[in-house]
Amino acid sequence: MIGIEHYLVVSSILFVMGVLGIFLNRKNVIIILMAIELILLAVNLNLVAFSAFLGDLTGQVFAMFVLTVAAGEAAIGLAILVIYFRGRGTIAVDDVNRMKG
Amino acid sequence: MTENDLFYTRPELILSFSGLLLLLLAAWRPNWGRLICYISIAPLIAASYYAWVIMTNEAFEFGGDAFFGQYRADGFSSFSKLLIYLASAITLLIAPRFLEKKGVMKAEFPVLILFAAVGMGIMVSAVDLLSLYIGLELNSLAAYVLASFARNDVKSSEAGLKYFILGALASGILLFGISLVYGFTGSTSFLTINAALSGELSMGATFGIVFMLAGMAFKISAAPFHMWTPDVYEGAPTPITAFFASAPKVAATALLVRIVGEAFTNQVDAWQQIIIIVALMSIVVGALGAIGQKSLKRLLAYSSINNIGFILIGLAAASQIGVAALLVYLAIYVAMTLGGFICLMQFEDKDGTMRDDIDDIAGLSKHRPVLAAVFMIFMFSLAGIPPMFGFWGKLQIFQAAIAADLFPLAVIGIAASVIGAFYYLKVIKVMYFDKQVNVIADSNSRTLVWIGGILALFVSPLGYLSISILGKWSAVAGAFLFVNGG
Repeated sequence: MIGIEHYLVVSSILFVMGVLGIFLNRKNVIIILMAIELILLAVNLNLVAFSAFLGDLTGQVFAMFVLTVAAGEAAIGLAILVIYFRGRGTIAVDDVNRMKG
Repeated sequence: MTENDLFYTRPELILSFSGLLLLLLAAWRPNWGRLICYISIAPLIAASYYAWVIMTNEAFEFGGDAFFGQYRADGFSSFSKLLIYLASAITLLIAPRFLEKKGVMKAEFPVLILFAAVGMGIMVSAVDLLSLYIGLELNSLAAYVLASFARNDVKSSEAGLKYFILGALASGILLFGISLVYGFTGSTSFLTINAALSGELSMGATFGIVFMLAGMAFKISAAPFHMWTPDVYEGAPTPITAFFASAPKVAATALLVRIVGEAFTNQVDAWQQIIIIVALMSIVVGALGAIGQKSLKRLLAYSSINNIGFILIGLAAASQIGVAALLVYLAIYVAMTLGGFICLMQFEDKDGTMRDDIDDIAGLSKHRPVLAAVFMIFMFSLAGIPPMFGFWGKLQIFQAAIAADLFPLAVIGIAASVIGAFYYLKVIKVMYFDKQVNVIADSNSRTLVWIGGILALFVSPLGYLSISILGKWSAVAGAFLFVNGG
């Protein structure tokens, strides 16, 4: 029998993979965008699993909102990436260093 | 949907509809950027009026809910909204000249500011995790575009990229926390969550609270989640940096206060420790990080991290007095930080290029005495040195911390604010006592001079005249939080 904890484990793994994908990846900004999507998918999995488990529809509605916002976020992220590429001619993560904190 | 829903959400409705109309106008008249900037101040004023009505009219003493408990209009949200709309309006006034000079003035700029203001209004009025998330994203998505608004400038697009990646990560962390809190309490409404959290705290809910706080700390740029702030502030065009440092900070802080003061009041122990540590780290990181900085914009970025630390002390007190003190501090902070950036915008050389290197303002008091004096007022006020008004905000915060028996926090905070005073004083020393370099040319913008002057009067000792007003309404606003539990 698959219970709520199995879903939580899978979504936690997805979430950690997403966060690691942002911090460990040194090659390409596009991969960071994928990692962000992975995080949001982990959240959606959580929400839908909880929603089914609790018998409460709110979580599924929330997941729809997250999906919608994720689409907008990806569009804006890619647009910013395009103007960045126009200026610098590269999207390698190591080259994002005009300013050093 | 009832009449009440439309009644309470008037500020957001006005801003959304005028934003959409102006977007159409911007599509047909792309060259009217400056005009649309000035037009869009009108809906901000109208929205402020309705927020003011909710706050001051006794008929709305207890606030009101709209859209099935998603949204609440009350004194707290209205106080924050007034600050947000004021900061947005000032941004719209100061930005056109700067953007036109850089050749990046687009008619969509004021529309983005309006949509960001809608998002921030929803944030401070959110009493449900869903409206919280939507408001936060509406603000963030507009902010990412604003950060990279100078499309021909590599630094600006890099700032946008960094802001986007770290902002999206923060939203992801916040959302993961939200999903856990929803799962372990069974509701997304703040009040129901609070009721469900009244007993022993489960492991999952603890994780949820921690993730949510971490995500919010990102958004208010509190240490240890501050690393994006200096880069984004340096890269974004200066008026937009001024906007980032004021309005979204108010909104995100108010949202954090609303979450812990309404959804987590039964679990004060679970979040108070985190807030205390984050506050202390922000104060120390902000003070130490600023010391080696050459760029004045980065310096102000660290100063904003430092100030967020003080603001969080008011939250750590977990009391209505603490929230009132926090709101007073936010009001003064908005004036100080906007004023600081307005001074920065006037530091330009003969060719009109902005100079934000600290060496360029050496000996500024000799050839631009008034500008140097105004910048000095803001620096003294940010450092919290009496008799400037910034001192009053810090005093309120520390009083609230002591009233809540947080003595170690207050002592360390005061000690760190002395360290922080070092770099503010260094700027003043460079302006007044170093050899004159004469890089900064004469200003020719009356708008900047007037707004900078008014803000300087507010943070100067004259600001104490506003204590009664600020004190009264911040107390009214604070009374809406930490009502039950504790």
